[in-house]
Amino acid sequence: MSREAVVLFLRTMIARAYPRIVGQNREPSWVLVDVGLPLLGTSAYVFIYRALQAPEAYIGFVILGGAMTAFWLNVLWSMSAQLYWEKESGNLPLFIIAPGPMMGILAGMALGGMLATTLRASVIVLAGSLLFGVRYAPADPLALIGTFLLTLLALYGLGMLLASLFLIWGREAWHLSNLLQEPIYLLSGFYFPVRALGFWVGALASLIPLTLGLDAMRQLLFPQAASGLFPVGVEIAGLAALSGIFLLAAHRALNAMERLARREGRLTERRR
Amino acid sequence: MRTLWRTLRTAAWLGWQIESNWTDPFLFTIYSIAKPIASVLILILMYIVVARADFGHPMFAYLYLGNAFYIYVGAVLTGISQVLIIDREEYGVLKYFYIAPIPPEAYLVGRGMARMATGTIAVAITLLFGVLAFGLPLRPSVAGAGVFLLAMVLGMLAMIGLGVGLAGATLLAARHVWVIGEAVAGALYLFCGAVFPLEVLPSFLRPLGYGLPLTYWLESVRRALLGPSAFRFSTFAGWSDAQLLGALGGMALLSLILGFGFYRFAEGRARQHGAIDRETGY
Repeated sequence: MSREAVVLFLRTMIARAYPRIVGQNREPSWVLVDVGLPLLGTSAYVFIYRALQAPEAYIGFVILGGAMTAFWLNVLWSMSAQLYWEKESGNLPLFIIAPGPMMGILAGMALGGMLATTLRASVIVLAGSLLFGVRYAPADPLALIGTFLLTLLALYGLGMLLASLFLIWGREAWHLSNLLQEPIYLLSGFYFPVRALGFWVGALASLIPLTLGLDAMRQLLFPQAASGLFPVGVEIAGLAALSGIFLLAAHRALNAMERLARREGRLTERRR
Repeated sequence: MRTLWRTLRTAAWLGWQIESNWTDPFLFTIYSIAKPIASVLILILMYIVVARADFGHPMFAYLYLGNAFYIYVGAVLTGISQVLIIDREEYGVLKYFYIAPIPPEAYLVGRGMARMATGTIAVAITLLFGVLAFGLPLRPSVAGAGVFLLAMVLGMLAMIGLGVGLAGATLLAARHVWVIGEAVAGALYLFCGAVFPLEVLPSFLRPLGYGLPLTYWLESVRRALLGPSAFRFSTFAGWSDAQLLGALGGMALLSLILGFGFYRFAEGRARQHGAIDRETGY
C-alpha cells in the first residue's frame, strides 16, 4: 500500500468518524435515550436478581452486560445496517464514487461508533454502579483494558462484515437487525454467566466476540464470583483471533458484495 | 359505525401485510418465534443460575407469565405509536391518510391490531414452550376463563389508550421518534411488576406501579391462569379478583380518555406547525 493510499484511508476514516463524535455533542438528548433507557432496562434485570435473592456480584454482571448492550446495538443499527440506511437516504452512491476506500468509510463508522458508545457505556456503568452499590475488584487492570479493546476490535470487525452483507438486503435489513437483538443477548450471556448455557453452546456462542469479552471482563472484575467458560488467557487469544478473521473477512466481503450490488443494480434501489 | 369498522378492518389488513410480507412464511415464523423465546430464555437462565432450576417454585410461574404477556405491551405500544412515523417518514403517505374520510384514531388502532396479532402468536408460542419445556402449571378453569377474558379486554383497551397517546407524542417529536414506543414499554416493564413483585422496588418508586393499569392487568391474568397456585405477593394479597378488575376497568377508561384526548391535542398542534407531512430524516 502506497503512502498516498494510507493517507487517503486515514483521512476517509477520520472524516466518517467525525460526524458520529461531533453529532452527539450537538445533540445532548442522547443522554436520555442512549443512557436513561438502557439503564431502565438494566435496572429491571437487577431487580429480578434482587427478587431471586441472588449474590450481589450478579448485580455487577448485569450492569456490565447492560453497558455492553450499547455496543451491540451500535454495531447492529449503526454499523451493520448503516450501508442500508445510506442507500435509503441516497448517500451510498456518493460514498462509492468518492475517491476514499469503502473500508476507510467502514473503519470510520466503527471508530466513531466505538468512541461515542464508549462514552455512553461508561455513563451506564457509572450510574448503574452508583445506584445499586456495585463493588468491583479488578485483579489486573491492564488485562481488563486490553480485553475491552480487543472485544471492541473484534466486535466492530464483525459489524464491518455484517455491513457488507446488509448492503444487498432491502427491507429485510431492519427486521434482521431487530431479530439479532434478544437472541444475541441470550447467547452472549449479557445478563447471566455464559457457563449457564453449557460448555458446548457457550463455546459455539464464542464466535460472537461479546461472549468471550464479557466473560473475560467478568472474571477480571469479579474474580471471586465469576467462573468463566475458558481461562482469561484463552479468551483473550480467542478475541485476538476473531479480530483478525472478522477484519479480513469484512474486506473480502465488502468487495464481493459491492460487485454483486453493482451488477444487480441494488446500490440505489429503495425497497420498502 | 360502518366507516369505523371498515377503517379498522382495512387498517388491520394493511398492518398485517406490512408486518409479514417482507419475507417468506418460513423466515417470518422463525422471526416470530426467536425473539420471544430468546427473551424468555434469558429470564430462565437467570432463574437457573440462582434458583438451581427449581421450576416448581411459584416465583417461576409469576416471572414466566408476566414476561410472556408483557409481549403485548411492546407490540401494542410500539405498533400504534410507530404507525404515524412509518407512514410519514418511510412511505410519505401520512397526508393522504389525513385527507381520506376516515377517523384517524380508528386507522391507528387498526394498524396496531396487526401487531396485536403477531403479539398473540408470540405469547401463545411462549406459553406453549413454558408448559412443554418447564411444566408451567397453568390451571385454566371456567371462573378463571371469565376473569381472563375480561382482564384481556380491559388490558388491551388500556394499552390502546396508551398507544394512541404515544402516537400523539411521536407526531410532535422531531427526534428519537423511532424509540418512543419501545422506550415507554421498557420503562413500564420496570414499574408494573411484570417480572418481579412491586415490593422489590424502592418504596418511592412503588406508587408508579400502583398507578399503572398494566400492574392490575398482569396480576389478574396470572390469577386467572394459575388458579389457587398463583403466588400472591403482599402487593395484592388482600385484593379480590373483582377489586383487581374494577381497578383495571377504571384505569383503562382513564387511559382511553387521556390517550385519545392527548392525540387530538397533538394532532391540532401538528396541523398548526405543519408537522403532518414533515420528514425529519432522523
